[in-house]
Amino acid sequence: MKALTPLLAVLAIVALAALGGLAHASLVLLAVFVPYSACAVFLIGFCYRVVRWAWAPVPFRIPTTCGQQKSLPWIKPASLDNPSTGWGAFRRMTLEVLLFRSLFRNNRARLHDQRLVLGEDRYLWLGALAFHWSLLVILLRHLRLFLQPVPVFVSLLSRLDGSFQVGTPAVYVSDVVVVGALVYLTARRFRSPQVRYISLPFDYLALFLLLGIVISGLLMRFVFRVDVAAIKQFALGLAVFHPSVPSTLAPIFLIHLLLVSTLAAYFPFSTLMHMGGVFLSPTRNLANNNRSQRHVNPWNHPVKTHSYAEWEHEFRDKLKIAKLPLENEDAGKIAFD
Amino acid sequence: MSDRPLILAGLTLFVGLVTTPIWHGALDRKTALTAPPIKLPAQEKQCVAPTSYMRSSHMRLLEDWRNEAVRDGQRQFVAFNGKTYDKNPTRTCVTACHTDRKEFCGRCHDYAGVSDPDCWNCHNDSHQASRSAP
Repeated sequence: MKALTPLLAVLAIVALAALGGLAHASLVLLAVFVPYSACAVFLIGFCYRVVRWAWAPVPFRIPTTCGQQKSLPWIKPASLDNPSTGWGAFRRMTLEVLLFRSLFRNNRARLHDQRLVLGEDRYLWLGALAFHWSLLVILLRHLRLFLQPVPVFVSLLSRLDGSFQVGTPAVYVSDVVVVGALVYLTARRFRSPQVRYISLPFDYLALFLLLGIVISGLLMRFVFRVDVAAIKQFALGLAVFHPSVPSTLAPIFLIHLLLVSTLAAYFPFSTLMHMGGVFLSPTRNLANNNRSQRHVNPWNHPVKTHSYAEWEHEFRDKLKIAKLPLENEDAGKIAFD
Repeated sequence: MSDRPLILAGLTLFVGLVTTPIWHGALDRKTALTAPPIKLPAQEKQCVAPTSYMRSSHMRLLEDWRNEAVRDGQRQFVAFNGKTYDKNPTRTCVTACHTDRKEFCGRCHDYAGVSDPDCWNCHNDSHQASRSAP
């Protein structure tokens, strides 16, 4: 089964982190060396891939559109789905990045009374939206552990996110939403035979890593509680390159840290690069002005042509002798390019 | 082709945002990054639970005390070392030892960005001179 290998891999990482905290040498390795390496791999790998994409030639616009192109003045164009200007493309991209508009058009094929029926399927869009937005909120909330003093917007966000205060520590809305969304997105890959067929081990690996990170984070907050001030001191030490490893770090924290490091290091090699790639989708970020403007392939080789006018000029005398009709009787007035 | 400066600008912005903790820490050298020392009570050496437990789990202890005292009427807390305490944070914790809320609770809560405790929504801390606005 394709999901088993990634599950075992994640469990192996968890076991490694839990055991690694026992000896001081391996603790330093796990708490200092691994996070630094993972950050370096993430940043360098991310930049490398985006720069590679930036240098890929885009000679022409790819008009895969979902609406009426700008045409005659009395035909109403779909300025958002088929933008003809850069501003329109910017608006389409903004909605794509913030609201996943392409995913909203997701549909599902089903056999209904031996007929193929295509229906709307908005749950993937809803699950993706819930997951990504709550992940963003969680990442921003984590800034409280990396910045001193804590910025006001981070405190406000935490307060807003934790406004459903159930006991102590407060339960964050984003935590509840991200668990629900991840469970749905994982279950979706197992439930539908079509999705299960196209799912690769890497798809499961990303999901299991994220689930592991979320679960270990929640356990750290609600079950095996840790000394937050010590964690922050450690995180700030890492950020300013003066790492000071406490003599003991809770195993649950090391598990969380190693899973995050793994995800960060794996990021540039995986489909998770859609984070940067969504901005560079050629079918989304280019205005469809293929008909109103001439796009010349910039690296076209200059082809030597021989037009009919030139041919007629070359054989003018012979054509006249053969009494063939000439398109241009007055040869001297022809202007050649 | 013409989009390269735009892409590189976006990438630079992303790297700048992701590395915020690094350059924020490098630029602001004045702010101490280590956890602030908390004012410990002069006369009492031992809390109702070991320090490591209190550091990570004091909020659960306080909540358990509240639930057990208010809902079940159990007001005696037998500590790990056999001593018994009254499950009354105002008397046992605040009045006896941690008299200054800002200097004791506030320091770590501010440092770690933990939301302001809502204990004082109900409990009276008007005896304090340096009362902070919640």
